[in-house]
Amino acid sequence: MMELFLVRVPGLYTTVQDAGRFGYLDRGVPPSGALDTFAYRMANLLVGNPAGSAVLEIAMTGPVLEVLAEADIALTGAEMGMTLSGEAAAGWRAHRVRRGDVLRIPKAVKGCRAYLSVTGGIEVPLVMGSRSTLVRAKLGGLEGRILKKGDVISRGKGVLLSTPRRLPGHWIPEYGPDITLRAIPGPQDDYFTRAMESFFNSSYEVSVETDRMGYRLKGPPIFRDEGRPESIVTEPTMPGNVQVPADGQPIIVLVEQTTGGYMKIATVITPDIPRVAQAMPRNRIRFEKVTLDEAHVLFRIEAGRMREIEEHLSSKN
Amino acid sequence: MPDAYLYTKPRIRFCGDRAIIVEYGEGIDRTVNEKVRAMAAMLRKSLPRGVEAIIPAYRSLSLLYNPLMVSTDQIAKAIEAAEKNLRQTEIAEPRIVEIPVCYGGEFGPDLEIVADHNSLDAGEVIAVHTSVDYHIYMIGFAPGFCYLGGLDRRLHTPRRKTPRTLLPAGSVGIAESQTGMYPQDSPGGWQIIGRTPLRLFAPWREEPFLYRAGDRIRFVSVTEEQFHRVYEKEWG
Repeated sequence: MMELFLVRVPGLYTTVQDAGRFGYLDRGVPPSGALDTFAYRMANLLVGNPAGSAVLEIAMTGPVLEVLAEADIALTGAEMGMTLSGEAAAGWRAHRVRRGDVLRIPKAVKGCRAYLSVTGGIEVPLVMGSRSTLVRAKLGGLEGRILKKGDVISRGKGVLLSTPRRLPGHWIPEYGPDITLRAIPGPQDDYFTRAMESFFNSSYEVSVETDRMGYRLKGPPIFRDEGRPESIVTEPTMPGNVQVPADGQPIIVLVEQTTGGYMKIATVITPDIPRVAQAMPRNRIRFEKVTLDEAHVLFRIEAGRMREIEEHLSSKN
Repeated sequence: MPDAYLYTKPRIRFCGDRAIIVEYGEGIDRTVNEKVRAMAAMLRKSLPRGVEAIIPAYRSLSLLYNPLMVSTDQIAKAIEAAEKNLRQTEIAEPRIVEIPVCYGGEFGPDLEIVADHNSLDAGEVIAVHTSVDYHIYMIGFAPGFCYLGGLDRRLHTPRRKTPRTLLPAGSVGIAESQTGMYPQDSPGGWQIIGRTPLRLFAPWREEPFLYRAGDRIRFVSVTEEQFHRVYEKEWG
């Protein structure tokens, strides 16, 4: 373990996250973890970390970090205008930092969340199988909270890269204000037989009420079929569920919710959840209908693409 | 048709590309929930390949799976097979988990409100509250938060008009027809009748939780002195 950063400015909502905490879903402990799983995995690959290493998730406004030791770092996800000791430092590639450097990550200009990886991963205690922060339960991460001024962030053991890695441009996602999410109808599609078509033909605005628990959307209200009750018996929720409260304004469930009593008209496919993570308030979201079989084909394609990127990046060392 | 009943055949719902929900019945019902508990126990004994988590709820099981390893048809078959084997398999009786509670005083500031609302005295509220074992239908909402069934009608009490901003971990309360415990410090509008000195959620403990869905909670009334003795051990 090595002290790596002194936090001069913490940013709006900077937390330690990893691949998530999956062992206690049946005890009310939500999965947590990095919201944009693609950017998260890329961040670790770019500095040569094993999958599952902890990173900093940075939302909207980023931190200023004083570097205390040598390491490789990479910033992926949202474009944040990062500078390293005053020089522009591009995202989606590794940079060597040294004691005395200052890393500034001002604010998101494209996308919403960035991921900062460091050699050896962010070192915090493993709590119930994960280093992810769940602020509401004061669990994991740095004392279960967001970063604050004066925090010292450590890194784990790891080997510095012999050649810097960068992700080729064709693999870097574009973040725009109009977002299409592929979604599978259900699990309560039978409550919305009349509204289903309009749901897939409408566009929704991302509201300001967006966090790691869920994204509230505004748009044409979705009404359940006549005679259907306004809630269901409480059941587990999954990231990607589009739940519909009585007011008809949908909410995309993310990684910090475990259960709920609202009907879910559709569920965003796993490879598209990173696009939700990068949506900013006032962006527009459309849903595109896919079948379960199509979704499973897309899941395989995404897994194949990940393998390809992994091979490409690790062959460069 | 009654409000709550067991389906003759479970109903499968697809919940995105990596979870399915198997519903065993309608409504909130002990028979239905017992079936859910038995199926969860069966499936945990031999987890179907590619299934990563099983989450029991009031009337359903959610199964999280890896679509690269297993198809939904294969999972459906595994569930069917498990159900067939259910008849020949001994499912363990629900565990009874005793929760010591110091009722009233500083630990249960609303005990008198619950008593007055139901025309009982404080002692009677305690006697009734400790007289039954509460069935854990499911755990969710927050780490270790139990949805309990079985609160005696004589104790039903509306929520507080103004929620408290901070309830200490271990607070035991009543809201309408529900009773429950707060595993962590939290704001809340329940009528608080007592507090347990036990740590209901201890992330660092080898087993962070004391119970799982399907277990029964038995509240046991303890004195302030006993409370402090246990509290020292748990939190000191």
